Amino acid sequence: MSGGQEALREPWDSLRRQREAASFGTWLFLGSEALLFGGLMMAFAVNRVLHGDAFAAAGHETNVVYGTVNTLVLLTSSLTMAVGAEAARAELRKLALVGLSLTLVFALAFLIIKGFEWRDDFRQHLFPGPNFKLQESAARIFFAFYWVMTGLHGLHVTGGIAVIGWITWQAWTGQRALRSPAFEAVALYWHLVDIVWVFLYPLLYLGGRA
Amino acid sequence: MSDIAAEGPIPGDAQPHQGLRGAPSYLTAEHGLAAWFLTTDHKRIALLYAAALTVFFFIGGAGAVAIRMELFTPQADLLSADGYNRMFTLHGTVMVWFFLVPSIPNTFGNFLLPLMIGARDLAFPRLNLFSWYLFIGAGALLVYALVAGGVDTGWTFYTPFSTAYSQSYVMAAALAVVLVGFSSIATGVNFIATVHMLRAPGMTWFRLPLLVWALYGTSLVIVLATPVLTLVLLLIVAERAFGLPIFDPAYGGDPLLFQHLFWFYSHPAVYIMILPSFGVVSELVTCFSRRQVFGYTFMVYAILWIAVVGFLVWGHHMFVSGQSLYANIVFSFLSFIIAVPSAIKVFNWTFTLYRGQITFDAPMLYALGFIGLFTLGGLTGLFLASVPIDVHVTDTYFVVAHFHFIMVGGAVSAFYGGLHFWWPKITGRMYPDVWARFAAVLMFFGFCFTFFPQFIMGFLGMPRRYQVYPPEFQIWHVLSSSGAVLLACAYLLPMGYLAWSLIWGDRAEEDPWKATGLEWRTSSPPPRDNFRTMPAVDTGPYFYHPDKEGPRHDEPEAHQNQGRET
Repeated sequence: MSGGQEALREPWDSLRRQREAASFGTWLFLGSEALLFGGLMMAFAVNRVLHGDAFAAAGHETNVVYGTVNTLVLLTSSLTMAVGAEAARAELRKLALVGLSLTLVFALAFLIIKGFEWRDDFRQHLFPGPNFKLQESAARIFFAFYWVMTGLHGLHVTGGIAVIGWITWQAWTGQRALRSPAFEAVALYWHLVDIVWVFLYPLLYLGGRA
Repeated sequence: MSDIAAEGPIPGDAQPHQGLRGAPSYLTAEHGLAAWFLTTDHKRIALLYAAALTVFFFIGGAGAVAIRMELFTPQADLLSADGYNRMFTLHGTVMVWFFLVPSIPNTFGNFLLPLMIGARDLAFPRLNLFSWYLFIGAGALLVYALVAGGVDTGWTFYTPFSTAYSQSYVMAAALAVVLVGFSSIATGVNFIATVHMLRAPGMTWFRLPLLVWALYGTSLVIVLATPVLTLVLLLIVAERAFGLPIFDPAYGGDPLLFQHLFWFYSHPAVYIMILPSFGVVSELVTCFSRRQVFGYTFMVYAILWIAVVGFLVWGHHMFVSGQSLYANIVFSFLSFIIAVPSAIKVFNWTFTLYRGQITFDAPMLYALGFIGLFTLGGLTGLFLASVPIDVHVTDTYFVVAHFHFIMVGGAVSAFYGGLHFWWPKITGRMYPDVWARFAAVLMFFGFCFTFFPQFIMGFLGMPRRYQVYPPEFQIWHVLSSSGAVLLACAYLLPMGYLAWSLIWGDRAEEDPWKATGLEWRTSSPPPRDNFRTMPAVDTGPYFYHPDKEGPRHDEPEAHQNQGRET
């Protein structure tokens, strides 16, 4: 039970209860996030039904290589996050720090790859505007969703990097006890970021290539 | 009866424990600005919210004053058409998101939820403080949008006007609403986790006071509906800021999709605004009629029923939008279905009054006013759920009157009722009762005077959101504007005597209303950690008279408190 008491906060009497609450609260927040992305995917689905051909043609223009590599990177980061969080709970300090740091590396790699992809998309005039590449007008709606979905997901990745970086730093310097419920809560959030991408990847990259 | 009284932990009342027993109250425990603005005490955060909400109530109220003054005559006197659009948008946006949605949950909910379930604080005290700062940030952004030039889309932000045509500060306002949504979600998550994880020993789910159940149901709706609003407003921002044409009909985008997503939040939001009032009124009606609540379990199921079915009725805002007749019929049917649990609650409050020992203290007057006004608002909601009548009165003052009966006659009356009921607990002071009763009655009449004429002129065809109108409607508008003066007085008066009571009011006892809830089992105002010792609970709520025994009429009932100190 070493490190248990320093992780305990008001208004909790026991660390077990506090940990349950942190996970439960995070799950509630994830429910909220599910509705956020769910609404977006719903709107995407409606437009895909309305403009099937244009969406297929536009989906063909996305960069599937970048998308697939990023899928692998993000899935791997979820693995290292799970290892880091479980190791923290078991108070295996070294393994926890390695897992968390690798997660940070993968998360940053995801954003960097995404940045290259966005740059290529811009160069190919895939941002809806005056010189838009495609003829079908509804293709602009597909790419509107593309930019909103990847942008919103990118914001979530950025937020994830901030909190993972913060708790990793605290664990590194010893300011945060390894038994703190924060590791599990952040891991849950990170898995959601991963799962959202698992939905975005087929919608945006594979839809036009069936 | 004597058996139960003997078995009960503290039969009668809590007089033996009057006083602070040396511990300072939450108000005096710490001093200085930082002790307030960096506090994690749910009671202090409730007061921070109360202060912020009061400011926004005045801002939104100023919008209402401008509207009612303009409408006094059929011509445009004070405002241009554009100025009028900005005024009713200000009024709607501020009142919905910066007053009504957070009103009862973030003040009384914050203050009372841990007290009522016997906890020391909310589950995540720092998240609670963070949500207040989000609220303030959102409010600042909204005030910026209003001061910079205002917004003219109406609070509904309908596309394509809001995305392609409006020249006003739509983006700042939309982002402000997105931010305040995050604040709501943080509070909702906090409340749900608190109810699940921090109930006192013996406080089982079906012993929870109905206000706790109402806040729980509200929080569920907040957590699941608000993100959809966040999303749809972000899509508007994306379209305005970056030209991403998601709702643009020129490229095949669907503006009606916006309405679907918007009302998927905004109809449940109606229940976010009214469910907490149901909880407050249940507390008041039981206490001042000295009765157990009639049909406790069905009151609970009604709350949950409303929380769930509230997600399935959004289409009734779109009967004239061109959606299919089939969809109209389904949404109409579901809208009738959701009236059932509301009716159950009204009937149960009425049955609670039946054969009760009713006293007309100020909180009770507000509660009785609530029941009447909410019933009218609810029944006219059934008119609007009927497709043929809705087609006739869409976008008229009939709709305006209907939702003001729910939101103002209902939610605001309940807010004032709750304010008077828990004022002694929050501040430790008693207010002058005669003034309070006068204000309660004035509010009821001022409200009816203001909004009942709007039903009539709406049914006769007066459209909403116009500042000029045919002269035949003037009589109704004059009635309405005059009533609004009374209503304004009724809102301002309590602020006066409540402030007076802070200095000159009598010291409140621990339990001035002889109420059963756990929040009355501690000093007024409570200490920082809420209870002197953590309470334990042996019974359900509202044992204002012995269980399974008819009420007496010769002398006051002996009641049984819900919990005791351990």
